[in-house]
Amino acid sequence: MTAVVIILVLIAGGPLAWLAGRRHGGLARWVALGALALALLWLLLFWAWAPAAGTVPGQGPWLTELRLPWIPSFGIGFHFGMDGLSLTLAVLTLFLGMIAVTASWTEIQGRAGFYYLNLLWAIAGVLGVLTALDMFLFFLFWELMLVPMYFLISLWGHGDSSRAAIRFFLFTQGSGLLLLVGILILVYGHQAATGTLTFDYEALRTHTGLGPQLAMWAMLGFFLAFAVKLPALPLHTWLPDAATLAPTGGSIVLAAILDKAPAYGLIRFLHPLFPDATGHLAPAAMALGVAGVVYGGVLAFAQSDIQRLVVYSSISHKGFVLLGVFAWNTLALQGVVMQLIAHGIAAAALFMVAGGIRERLHTLDGNQMGGLWAQLPRLSAMGLLFAMATLGLPGFGNFVAEILILVGTFRDYPVLTLVAVFGMITTTVYALVLVQRAFHGSPRQAEAGRDYGVREGLAMAVMTVLIVWLGLYPQPVFHAAAPALAALGPAVTPMGGG
Amino acid sequence: MRPIEIIALLPIIVALTHPVVLMLAIAVRRHHGLTLALTLIGYAATLGALIPAAHVAPTTVTPLLTVDGLALYLTALVAIGGAASALFAYGERARGREEREEIYVLLSVAVLGAAVLASSRHFATLFLGLELISVPLFPLIAYSRLRRRAVEAGMKYLVVSGVATSLLLFGIALLYAGVGTLEFSGLGRWLAGEGTIASAWAMGGIALIMAGLAMKLSLFPLHWWTPDVYQGAPSPVTGFLATVAKGGVIVVLLRLLLLSKAHQEIPVTVVLVILAVLSMVAGNLLALRQENVKRILAYSSIAHMGYFLVAFLAAGPLAVEAVSFYLAAYFLASLGAFGVVALHAPEGEDVASFRGFYGDHPWLAVTFALMLLSLAGIPLTAGFIGKFYLFAAGVDSARWVAVGALVVSSVIGLFYYLRIISALFVRGTQEEPAVTALTAGPLLGWAALAVITALLIGLGLYPTPLIGTIHGLLAQTGS
Repeated sequence: MTAVVIILVLIAGGPLAWLAGRRHGGLARWVALGALALALLWLLLFWAWAPAAGTVPGQGPWLTELRLPWIPSFGIGFHFGMDGLSLTLAVLTLFLGMIAVTASWTEIQGRAGFYYLNLLWAIAGVLGVLTALDMFLFFLFWELMLVPMYFLISLWGHGDSSRAAIRFFLFTQGSGLLLLVGILILVYGHQAATGTLTFDYEALRTHTGLGPQLAMWAMLGFFLAFAVKLPALPLHTWLPDAATLAPTGGSIVLAAILDKAPAYGLIRFLHPLFPDATGHLAPAAMALGVAGVVYGGVLAFAQSDIQRLVVYSSISHKGFVLLGVFAWNTLALQGVVMQLIAHGIAAAALFMVAGGIRERLHTLDGNQMGGLWAQLPRLSAMGLLFAMATLGLPGFGNFVAEILILVGTFRDYPVLTLVAVFGMITTTVYALVLVQRAFHGSPRQAEAGRDYGVREGLAMAVMTVLIVWLGLYPQPVFHAAAPALAALGPAVTPMGGG
Repeated sequence: MRPIEIIALLPIIVALTHPVVLMLAIAVRRHHGLTLALTLIGYAATLGALIPAAHVAPTTVTPLLTVDGLALYLTALVAIGGAASALFAYGERARGREEREEIYVLLSVAVLGAAVLASSRHFATLFLGLELISVPLFPLIAYSRLRRRAVEAGMKYLVVSGVATSLLLFGIALLYAGVGTLEFSGLGRWLAGEGTIASAWAMGGIALIMAGLAMKLSLFPLHWWTPDVYQGAPSPVTGFLATVAKGGVIVVLLRLLLLSKAHQEIPVTVVLVILAVLSMVAGNLLALRQENVKRILAYSSIAHMGYFLVAFLAAGPLAVEAVSFYLAAYFLASLGAFGVVALHAPEGEDVASFRGFYGDHPWLAVTFALMLLSLAGIPLTAGFIGKFYLFAAGVDSARWVAVGALVVSSVIGLFYYLRIISALFVRGTQEEPAVTALTAGPLLGWAALAVITALLIGLGLYPTPLIGTIHGLLAQTGS
């Protein structure tokens, strides 16, 4: 029930924001913020009071579940559910959604209502992906988040953003259709084996009935869709342009919110639905992951544009996600969940810092700025703090995440793990370069505008508290995700204090 | 004729009376509004006549016609399509100074042709239905005869139609010489019995018939006339041509394949796969380079005909279901898209002329975007469920080549739909908003668009009622 409520709040909030925006441009952002806050509040209250998984009879591993008939002739149901995994990621999504609205506060001037409509619907699509337990429904939401995202990049972006938006759409839509083919192979294979046509996740999980060859093809359909969207090397080429030409809020949605969907898909569907086929793919996929870690790190080092730097560092972080998911043990998976949360917060914060700099200096070229620390002390401090978080300094959530993934991977794949550790070192270098270039040295710009005010300061403060809290006391996240991950059936690795 | 047969034929009888009444009315008094009112009443009556006919379906009336679920379903679609086209035409014609009333007569004759095709189970009615659609389309396409392009388009369609008809007639003659019957099911019995598709008569006949029908459906490589004709015809007529005229041919081809079981023959399957793949890929590729929205939609319709063939290839009940659902989705989106183009006509037909459309007409622009998204198969529109049906049909029957081409061409297709959509929402360059007088004409068109949009979204969100109806009707599909 809760899952549907939060999605509906956002879906309904969209047109409201549009109508409000037609009346007065500034009103739309309040409506959008209000809708996100309402949904987040609902979800947090639910988290506080929800009975633990497995204690409600007949509910299985789900904390909340809703099942209604929808298209019965295809065995398609309106089936939503949330466990600890989806709940954690949904909370994160809504929180980052509020950050995205905050980051867009002054940047979006034209057609604000339509902008916030798209923002809310894109986030609603992500929430749908996180909670759908029917493969058709999952695919519907998967596709649904693309159109608003396309508009966000294309209409409010900078420079040649409509080309970037089209490239984004073609990549994701093409891979999405492969996902559809994968789903249909799965579903009709299940029908051939059991005689019932159903798109229900739980039914398909218990009995896939696919031969090894068909299972491999179906799994590849799923994997490609997720790998393009994540993005994993070498399918990442749409991301740098799309994320840097988008408006700040759009970059946050694209690189910090939408990327939760494919990572979640990898955890929820790939191994549980195709255990054998995924096992065969694991070495290749993990090699891609490590390649992404190194490649992202090296390219980030070469960037002079701050936003591109954040984008490549996030490709590097996605390499860790791929590595952890395919290691498929509890430790690595906990690391992946933590990585998703920590990366989401850090990337959103850094995009916001970059957006703030662009708004003030009208450039993002690190070579043209310097000594920002003297002129914008609060903004620069935040930039430094989250740059340190990104490079995985102890005390931040990212550190916990990467260590968990590396430890979880090391036992079975020592070589890959070692290469990834070297990737981490490049991360340190690029974060230092970023700080050095922009914030220190002598000022190269005459006027830098005003520093962070209450709105941006508040958003940054909350993100800071969260990322430090995750670094020092990550237990609540582990605790929420543990039963959900256990139900997916990975190999169990003993874990201290878990 | 038994009473039950008359009841079954009631929709066709009403559709036949419709143009006659219109003509008499125009002869007595030439009045644009009155003619439109009579037109709408006629289509409503045709729809109403479907209800008693549904109670007696399936009924075979003479060896020529069968009134079953599929026939009734398509008759309903074409009546709705005819009504929508008439409403859009009213908006467009209200501006012109030419004779306006005849357009409704011609439209209603073509609707009758589509209804006959839908019920056809015999090559005689196939031919009759096709001609009933084509002949009124010549003047319809060349209707704005003062525009040079219109006359050229009309001539082109006349020539193409003539060639297609002669191919078809020659094919039917060859087939009759070999098989000895003109019933679709007779061909099936012959193929199942002593006959073989490898015989010269059957092979030649079937090949020529398929070529004729492919030309009518504008399947690649017999598609070349489509963009010129689509561009030259008045937009409401183009919408009509893309939906009603194509829909009738699709259903008759489906019935021909179902009854004759010809699609189980390897050569026929191979040809269908090749035509499907070529139409999908080439249609979408050729659309990329176009500047005129109607030409883009023309190439897009070529690709959509390929999509229909993918569903044909999946033998069995899922094929009929997929074709039926996709027809509804395609009808709605195409009618809506050409409807918007018709209302937008004074400002031009190029993609560039649609730049900043959202600023001037937000509702119309959103409607247009929704129609294009539905054609592209994006969720929350009927087109998404339709696309899903196509994929399901393709995967279920393990037609991997066709499914692969479907994936590739869908992605290519997105590109040009997005181009138009991007143009719509770009901030307008012109300072003063375009002045569009709010006369009754466009208002009726907007009302039709509103209904189409509501149906499009409704079917995308909750398709179960239509799927249920299709299931119910297909249960009545006989021979």
